[in-house]
Amino acid sequence: MTLEIRNLHAVIKATDQEILSGIDLTIPNGEIHAIMGPNGTGKSTLAQTIMGYPAYQITAGTIRFDGQDVLQRSVDQRAKLGLFLGMQYPAEISGVNNADFLRAAMHATTPDNPISVLEFMQQLENNMNYLEMDDEIAERYLNVGFSGGEKKRNEILQMMMLQPKLAILDEIDSGLDIDALKVVAKGINHLRSEKFSSLLITHYERLLEYVVPDVVHIMVAGKIVKSGGPQLAQQLEQTGYHKFEVTREFS
Amino acid sequence: MTNKNVLDDLQQEDYQYGFQDQLDPLFTTGTGLNENVIREISKQKDEPDWMLEIRLTAYHQFLAMKMPTFGPNLSELNLEQINYFQRSTNAVARKWSDVPDQIKTTFEKIGVPQAEREYLAGASAQYESEAVYANLKQDLKQRGIIFMDTDSALREYPELVHEYFAQLVPSDNNIFAALNTAVWSGGTFIYVPKGVHADVPIQSFFRINAGNTGQFERTLIIVDEGGSVNYVEGCTAPTYSDDSLHAAVVEVFVKRDAFCRYTTIQNWSDNVYSLETKRASAAEKAVMEWVDGNLGSKVTMKYPSIYLTGAYAKGTMLSIAFANGQVDQDTGAQMIHQAPHTSSTIISKSICRAGGICDYRGKVAMNADSHGSSSHVECDTIIMDDQSTSDTIPYNQVEVGDVTLEHEAKVSKVSEEELYYLMSRGLSESEATKMIVMGFIEPFTQQLPMEYAVELNRLIDFQMEGSIG
Repeated sequence: MTLEIRNLHAVIKATDQEILSGIDLTIPNGEIHAIMGPNGTGKSTLAQTIMGYPAYQITAGTIRFDGQDVLQRSVDQRAKLGLFLGMQYPAEISGVNNADFLRAAMHATTPDNPISVLEFMQQLENNMNYLEMDDEIAERYLNVGFSGGEKKRNEILQMMMLQPKLAILDEIDSGLDIDALKVVAKGINHLRSEKFSSLLITHYERLLEYVVPDVVHIMVAGKIVKSGGPQLAQQLEQTGYHKFEVTREFS
Repeated sequence: MTNKNVLDDLQQEDYQYGFQDQLDPLFTTGTGLNENVIREISKQKDEPDWMLEIRLTAYHQFLAMKMPTFGPNLSELNLEQINYFQRSTNAVARKWSDVPDQIKTTFEKIGVPQAEREYLAGASAQYESEAVYANLKQDLKQRGIIFMDTDSALREYPELVHEYFAQLVPSDNNIFAALNTAVWSGGTFIYVPKGVHADVPIQSFFRINAGNTGQFERTLIIVDEGGSVNYVEGCTAPTYSDDSLHAAVVEVFVKRDAFCRYTTIQNWSDNVYSLETKRASAAEKAVMEWVDGNLGSKVTMKYPSIYLTGAYAKGTMLSIAFANGQVDQDTGAQMIHQAPHTSSTIISKSICRAGGICDYRGKVAMNADSHGSSSHVECDTIIMDDQSTSDTIPYNQVEVGDVTLEHEAKVSKVSEEELYYLMSRGLSESEATKMIVMGFIEPFTQQLPMEYAVELNRLIDFQMEGSIG
């Protein structure tokens, strides 16, 4: 279950502006990688492109997951391959009950192995307790009127219920206080195993203190400019991104 | 195309156009309308003279009136071709094998039991639940609630009918109200005495009415002071009808401190013009609520109104319209504030797809006596594709300064962001679209009795199959 991205170029459909300028990234099975980088550098675009957000167009390169061509697949087919994207700004969907939605999603991703209502309720309760979520969140409309923290926890809840093979978490730490951050980290660590890999996208090193990554990548202006171990994140915290921006100009 | 396909097509054509009644009805006035037809209807029903006079007056008003000059195209509606009265018989209208496949498939998809399917399609004259119905009727009677068809009410309670009939909807209100008043038959009559609460929803004949729905129903509901009733009629399943025109009139009187909720779901087959006049009055501190769902027909024109005649009266309209294909849903509501501190809410939700038209046409009037009143109107529409259209046409008329009137209208497509979000969790585009649309009408669905809500969801689910948001 390796994610392999080769020479990926992507533009915004509406303006033709290039955002990704040749990404190369490999995430082997069971590893957690983090991508860090300044604002507007294309981190979220990379996340959305892997999932298939329609506003971006791929102009070159490939994405393969478990040997399968990801780019040939629709958004829902990518989810069925085992990809998951915890979104920075989850959509609010009125009239759709959160628990009903989760059950429909579980059914859609594992149609051959339908979960019973009882089993579903138990799993939901356990996971919500684990993430310290209010019971009523299950019965509310999907993300409607949720606080920032509730939305992020709800994304993690979905991840725990759907058990993807690879979870991309786009700024899952933004807008969270320290207690909420710990809870979210707990949820990610809970899934950590040789069958689960993850790509964390973040500005700050703080999340990586709680979810220690195997590899850290630094992304600047649509390219990955440096990769290293977890200490790279700490190093960044001290030096900032400036050094890497200069590096890129000469590369 | 293979031979088999050709054969299938031919058969379908047969089903579509090959209807014939197997047995002659007991009595019919034939097609067309004149004064003798009216007299004959009244005579067949053995009505009091005053009712014949009301009918004849309305008939002459009808002759002098013109078709509506606004809204949908009614030029294909030929009033000469209509059979205005036939005495119902116990004979079935058609064989089950003659019911169109499309209707059968829908019954199956939304899970209507077989016995009910035959009844609803007019292929069975008896309905199994009639014993249950008799028990309910007995219970209501003991509490002084009158619940029967309007023809029976005219025979058994002529004074009561006389006191209220056509008092809210004058026969010259519009051409179809005049026509209905001249030739009406059937409909529901309910009287709830002072202070009596009809606790369980009174459902129209356990849907028996849906199969029996007359073309010119006349419904009259009176909730006396402090009483309450929750009345549910209609049917989510498609109501197959040979008749091309249904022009009902509904009058609801909600007296002081009384409550009435009137829930209707209509899903006429695609040959039907549904042109209805529904009007309610709410006296001091009374509450009137319309819950109104329009799912089918060729053309629907329906703008239920509430006259808020007493101080602190409240009126609510919650409606959905679903125009799927060559359907023109021209619906709305009217709130007429005639007393101080009255309040009204209109929530209209509509969905159009595959060339359907959904227009909201509504009116809020605040007259000189309506000090301190308020009204809130919300019209939301989802247009599913470029072939479908929607307009919001509100009329507001305010004659006094210290009132509030809010109007919000929103027309949108199924949101790309929402679709993407749901699809990123594994739902296909059509599953995601359905989920968003169901969510959109959820405020309506949650007000329905359970079995109606379940059927409505299944129906929309089925009708949106293959749709691309």
